[in-house]
Order: sequence, then C-alpha cells, then structure tokens
Amino acid sequence: MRGGAGGIQLFSMRFLLLFSRQGKLRLQKWFTALSDRDKKKIIRDVMQMVLVRPPKSCNFLQWRDLKIVYRRYASLYFCCGLEQGDNELITLELLHRYVELLDQYFGNVCELDIIFNFEKAYFILDEFIIGGEVQETSKASVAKSMEEADSLQETMEEYLNKPTY
Amino acid sequence: MPAPIRLRELIRTIRTARTQAEEREMIQKECAAIRSSFREEDNTYRCRNVAKLLYMHMLGYPAHFGQLECLKLIASQKFTDKRIGYLGAMLLLDERQDVHLLMTNCIKNDLNHSTQYVQGLALCTLGCMGSSEMCRDLAGEVEKLLKTSNSYLRKKAALCAVHVIRKVPELMEMFLPATKNLLSEKNHGVLHTSVVLLTEMCERSPDMLSHFRKLVPQLVRILKNLIMSGYSPEHDVSGISDPFLQVRILRLLRILGKGDDDSSEAMNDILAQVATNTETSKNVGNAILYETVLTIMDIKSESGLRVLAINILGRFLLNNDKNIRYVALTSLLKTVQTDHNAVQRHRSTIVDCLKDLDVSIKRRAMELSFALVNGNNIRGMMKELLYFLDSCDPDFKADCASGIFLAAEKYAPSKRWHIDTIMRVLTTAGSYVRDDSVPNLIQLITNSVEMHAYTVQRLYKALLDDISQQPLVQVASWCIGEYGDLLVSGQCEEEEPIQVSEDEVLDVLEGLLVSNLSTPVTRGYSLTAIMKLSTRFSSLNRIKKVVSIYGSSIDVELQQRAVEYNALFKKYDHMRPALLERMPIMEKTATNGPSETVQTNGETDSTILDTKHLPSISQPASQANDLLDLLGGNDVVPIIQTTVPTKPASAGGELLDLLGDLSLTVIPPMTAYNKNGLIIEFTFERSNPNPNIAVITIHATNSTEADMTEFVFQAAVPKTFQLQLLSPSSNVVPAFNQGSVTQVIRVLNPQKQQLRMRIKLTYTHKGSPVQDLAEVNNFPPQSWQ
Repeated sequence: MRGGAGGIQLFSMRFLLLFSRQGKLRLQKWFTALSDRDKKKIIRDVMQMVLVRPPKSCNFLQWRDLKIVYRRYASLYFCCGLEQGDNELITLELLHRYVELLDQYFGNVCELDIIFNFEKAYFILDEFIIGGEVQETSKASVAKSMEEADSLQETMEEYLNKPTY
Repeated sequence: MPAPIRLRELIRTIRTARTQAEEREMIQKECAAIRSSFREEDNTYRCRNVAKLLYMHMLGYPAHFGQLECLKLIASQKFTDKRIGYLGAMLLLDERQDVHLLMTNCIKNDLNHSTQYVQGLALCTLGCMGSSEMCRDLAGEVEKLLKTSNSYLRKKAALCAVHVIRKVPELMEMFLPATKNLLSEKNHGVLHTSVVLLTEMCERSPDMLSHFRKLVPQLVRILKNLIMSGYSPEHDVSGISDPFLQVRILRLLRILGKGDDDSSEAMNDILAQVATNTETSKNVGNAILYETVLTIMDIKSESGLRVLAINILGRFLLNNDKNIRYVALTSLLKTVQTDHNAVQRHRSTIVDCLKDLDVSIKRRAMELSFALVNGNNIRGMMKELLYFLDSCDPDFKADCASGIFLAAEKYAPSKRWHIDTIMRVLTTAGSYVRDDSVPNLIQLITNSVEMHAYTVQRLYKALLDDISQQPLVQVASWCIGEYGDLLVSGQCEEEEPIQVSEDEVLDVLEGLLVSNLSTPVTRGYSLTAIMKLSTRFSSLNRIKKVVSIYGSSIDVELQQRAVEYNALFKKYDHMRPALLERMPIMEKTATNGPSETVQTNGETDSTILDTKHLPSISQPASQANDLLDLLGGNDVVPIIQTTVPTKPASAGGELLDLLGDLSLTVIPPMTAYNKNGLIIEFTFERSNPNPNIAVITIHATNSTEADMTEFVFQAAVPKTFQLQLLSPSSNVVPAFNQGSVTQVIRVLNPQKQQLRMRIKLTYTHKGSPVQDLAEVNNFPPQSWQ
C-alpha cells in the first residue's frame, strides 16, 4: 500500500474526505492504492468517529496508525488522514486553504455548489495537491490555472449545440 | 434515441428520492441507459455519461463498467473529455486492475502535448495513482519535464517524481541531475515541490542525504527571505509569508541537520530567529513554531536552543487553543526521554491537562504523565493519576490501571504504599484491569511477606463491600486462601485488626461461589481458597461439605477441582498439609512475569497442578510420611513431585527458562547413584537470568536385562534451599542401557551453601518392587558457588 519497497513515509497524506453532517460523502481523494471495500470501511469508520465529536473538541484524533485532522465548515466536514510524522497544525491550514480556493472559484461556496459541481471541486483540488503534497501555495496562481483550463473546454456555441454534460 | 439527461439534471432528480429504495431504482434505471449508450459507442455523450457515473459512484454504487470508457475519454482530443476521463481514471481505476496499463500510452502522449493543461492532467494522474509499471515506463518523460522552464509543469513534475520514487525507489538516481538548480527558482510552487522532492530523496537514501547537505546554506537563505521580506500578497497567510513553504523547508533542514554537527550549526541562527519572531496569535504562526520545535529537538542544536524549544512547548500548553495544547503534549511525549528534566519543569501544567474536557488531550496528558513519574514525584503524581482513574472514561481505565501498576512497581516508596495503591486501583477500576494483572499482583503480594496480614485484611474488607469486580475478587480470594489464618487471628500491625471468625470468612468465600456476578475463573479461585483454609482453619467439616457439593457441579473445571480435593480428604489426607502449604517467594523470570509456579493466565497455581495429577501416583500412604521424615523433619523442606510423565512443562515460562539456560561456565557432570544396575547421572547448567538457580538434569540408565518400570525419582534438600522437580521424560528405564529417563531439577540456593540432596528411588524390576534411599554429597563446587 505504501509506495515502493524500503523507505518509510513519515510525512504523507493518505486520504482527503468531504462529507456532510448526515454522513453523505461529497468528495474522496485517495493517495494510496486501496480496494473499494477498504475505502468504504475507512470512510465509514472515520465518518463515525468524526461525526460524534462534540463541537468544541480538538481537531485531531488518533485512529489506528493515522492522525485524523478534520474541520467543519458550515454543513461540510473536511477531513484527512495523515501519517505519524506530519504536522497537524499546518494541515489545518491546508484544509483552510482548500476551502478558500473553493470559495474563490464558486463565490461564497456552499455545500450545494460542491454537490452539483463535484468535478470542479476535484479539478481545483488537483491544482492544489498532487499525491498528497501541496503543489501551489499561491491562491492567485490556482485561480488563474482553473480559469484558463475552463476556457479550454467547449466554447459557448459548442456548448449550446452539444452541451458538455 | 433522446440525449442522455444532463449531469445536473440527474443530480437534482436523485436528490428528490425520499427513500433509499427509490434512489436505488433511479440509479439502476440511469445505469441501464448509460450502459446501452456505452454499447453504442457514442462519442458525443460519453463525457456526460461518465460524469454521471462518477456521481453515482460517489453515492456508493458500482461503476466499474465505466472504466474502459474513461480510457476512451482520455484518448479523445477534446479537453473536456480528457478532464473527465482522467478524473474517472483516478476515481475508478487503480493498479489492481490490468486495464490501467492501457492508460500508459495515452499519458505518454499527453505528457508531450502542446497544451500545458493537458500535460498537467497527465502529470497529476500519474502522480496520484500511477502503478510501478507505469512509473517505470514514464519516468523518463517526467524527468524531462522536471527540467523545463515552465513553472506550471515543473512543479507538477516534481511531485510526480516524488510518486515515482515512492513506487520504484531504484529510479531515484535518474532524477538527481534535474535537481541541480531547483532551489534557485523564484516560483513558490516550484520551490515548495522541489523541497518535497529533495526531502523524499534524502529520507530514502543516506547517499543522497550527504549529497544534499550542501544545500543547507541555500535553504537557510530562502527561509530568511521569507521571514524578513515584507508583505507579499500572493503568498500571505495572516501576515506570514508562505507558511507552507516555511514548514517544508524547516522539515528538510531537520533531516539534513540530524546527526550532523556542521549542518546543525549552520541552521542554528535561523531556527532561533524563527522561534523568537514568529507571530503566535493565529494557528498559522503556531504551525511554523511547532515545526521549528520539532527541528530543534531532532538536530544537534546547542542547549540554549533546546531549552527555547521546550519552553515554546510549555507556552503551547497554556494556550487557549485545544489543538495547540494537543500538539504540545504530543511533542513533549516525544522529547521526554531525551530532555527529561526540561519537560519535568512543566509537570504541573501537564497534570492539569488530565482534567481537560477534550478526550484527545486527556489521553496524551495521561501518557505523558506516566512518562514523567519518577522516584521523587511518585507520591504526588500517583495522587493525581488515581484521581484521574476515578473520573476518566472507561476507554482509558485499562491503560491507566496498567500504567499505575507499572509506575507503582518501579517507584513505590514503601511496600505498604504499594499495596494501598493496588487496592485503590482494584476497588475503583477493578473490572478494567488487564488479565495479566492478577498473577502479577499475586506475585507482588506473596513477596511482600511482612504485609500479608495487612493485605488480606484490606482485601477482605473490600470483598465485603463489592464482589462485582472480578480481578479484585480473584486476588482477594487467593489471599484469603493463603493468609486466612492471619486474618482470623487478628495479627495486623499496620492498622486496627478486625474481628472476624472462620465462619464469616467461609461465608464470604462460599458467597462468591454461588453469586451470579462471579465468573467461572473466580469460582475456581474461591473453591481453591476454601480448600486451602482446610489446613489453616479448624472448620474442617464445613469445608469438606462445600468441596463434596461441588463434586457434582455442572462447571467441569469446578467439578474436577472439587473431585480432586475430595480425594485429598479421603485418600491422601496425610499429604494435604504439605500440598496446601504457604506459597514460597516467587522468582521473577526474565520476562518479568510470575515464575514457573504460576501459569500466565493466573488461573491455576502449583498446588492445583499438583493435586490434579496426584491420584495417579501409586505409592502407599506411609511412604510419603517417610519422605517428610527423611532428614529428621527439622531441616528439610519436602518436595512435591509434579505430574505424570507425559505432561509437558507446566507453563511456558519454565520452558523458556530452560532454553535460556545456556551458561558459559561448564560444570562437570557427576554420578549421583550407582547401584543394582541403575545409574543416575547429574548434569548441570546455570540458570542465566538468576545465578542462584542451578539446573540439574538427571539421567537414569539401566544396565540390567529387565526394564525398570514405574520408576519414580524423588529428592529432598535442606531448608535453606528450594527445589523444584519437573516432569520426568518417562517412568520406564529400558534394559541394557537402551535409553534413559531424564528429569530436570531446579535448585534455588540464595545463600550459596554447599548443595546436598537426599534422593529416593522406587521402581518395579522383574515383577518385584524396589525402593532405595541415598544421599548425594559429591556435588562439584561450581554447582553451588
């Protein structure tokens, strides 16, 4: 499951999950290869653990061999699983940055935006993080990339004739 | 054929479903439509269909039939198709399916595409879920892109390289040239990902690590610029410039400085600067401080810097923000071994965290508190920890109880304090203590000879209050069985002795036997305790009655015990006093558990082991008395012979001890007995964990023409010794020296006196019984010196 033989990954994000208060998954990004069954189990377990936490709790908890860092933004929980050596505080900043990027793109982002435009949420994530590591620390840069990539999609005319999806 | 419904249309429809069944129905209908659309090889709407499939997949429905469609999308020329195709690949495909390899060619082409956003898609996908095979095939392309001047692609290529290295570590070398001027980049994205790449390489290879040490000055410079430079809107977070990059640089510095004096020296100043100048009002500043502290503790920093780091953690402990407190406790836990004194200074704050409302913090505080306990603070700390045990969640109780036992064992200021502490744990968290605590506690109590009366009194009083906590009940039963005589005779010195009669004690023990709250194990303990009291109390008839009643118990274990105890009363009454005698001091084995005389599940003790197999020994009653009278009665401790031949060593601990008994000093063997064709040789080993124990193996051989059957070897030693006889290999010594019977004797000789032994042999030879007694005095001096 970990990359390659030898070498212990001490700093690595294993997964990033977004889910609602009702336990509905809104986004899942996995940074290691796992079977569908394993993924489902992890999602179930982590959701269960996080959803029962009282409101003013610490944002970190220990689960199996991972640190879980989570934060609630309105009706959505942003949650990731880290390896032991990782810095939880900077991960909180990372989650916050992702929310800011979503907010920047959608303008006052809310859960519905992420439900109806989940693919965009993924695209934004992919401009921010690759393989569990941050690739760009400038908000403006991410915004620009998204804008330009979006513009490569079908023009308005094409869209009207043959809508994208 | 009408156009497939739009994605957002579908999402809207599905959200109107009121039940799970309704949703499932909608999904199935749509999946069917999508399937037929796929079958028709429809290019126009493939993208839309796959997008819908991905939505349904997120809801938890199977979507594997869309995998190939994702590949087709990736191969398409339209950017929209590629975007969804790659997303689908990342969500639906992984290296387990062979189908993923079909992506390799597409990715290769896209890595060389004219549009950087297409290249970006390919790099991202490869860097996220590329299998080892794909990585091997495409590493060259990634390496090329790592050298491009396009920062958009360079940063992605760096992280892709990280993934390649994680999957195929052997390929790390090929990325080395491209790392040459990565750090001279101005672009923060490239800088950040480059630092990540360098970190990965240094972690994996000591050679790379030494190679990259030369980058320390450059890294220090970059970090300095970040801190000193004015406000930079592009990377600012609450007044701090690019905290993500700062943290990654600090982490890389940590790895480079570890174990290396020069590098550590070179980064000393910048670390001090970051530590003192970083704004701590927001989380982001504290995140950087945290990373700085971790770095300072790991490298060879000068003591002033280390103290600074620990003080930062100390300040974190007082922070209002729970997260900060949690992180402080975690870090202090890591440093408590190396900087024990510095952490001790914050002990009272840490102990206060035990009272925190947050579960995560409480746990960390508990772990750290245990790490801080030492001989000086044991009394105060234990007070806090016992209070914590009282009030904490059940999840904590087992760990807390174990921790308290360990700490008490290590640092108990007095035996009385130790027993009191144990009592407190058993009464407040008695149902949560681990199973192995019971035998450990029994051993502890046995060895605290002068506290026996006090202990049994306290345990008895605890039983009167509450019989629901099994570990407490088990330890108490055991003690009452052993020291019941002290209890009724009111011998307690430590506190006011209570007045209790034999009948009252037996009432309590019998109460345990019938109570619904008692587990079968506990019942076993009480029955044995009652039996033991037969030699300590005078109410013999009552005890006999109880024992005979349980002879027909439904519980097989209880029944067996009762039957055997009954047999003791009936046929072997003369052996009863010896068998039920006070337990000797138990030797602590290397594994720190109870010695061979007690099995590790705490359920049986040696008297039970012995009595189980006693009926099979066929010697007449009077001879046993002879054994007791052997050396005039006063200076001999009679030995109980253990078991029937085929029974293996009674507890794993013994066997382990035997195997561990390889001593370097060779003690010469000796012949202990040679008469009538029977030769008994003794060979010696010294017990490694305990030099006071001599391990003797007897080898009995028979040179006559007839077998010696029903062979039984017994031994007795003077009172200053303790002896234990393990099971013989068999009870037939074959004729004509065709084989031997071996048996192991362990002798504890703490006073190092000259070893002497009296042995008794019985066997049947050519139909007639033979018996002989002999003294063995010719032990080589090395065996007892």
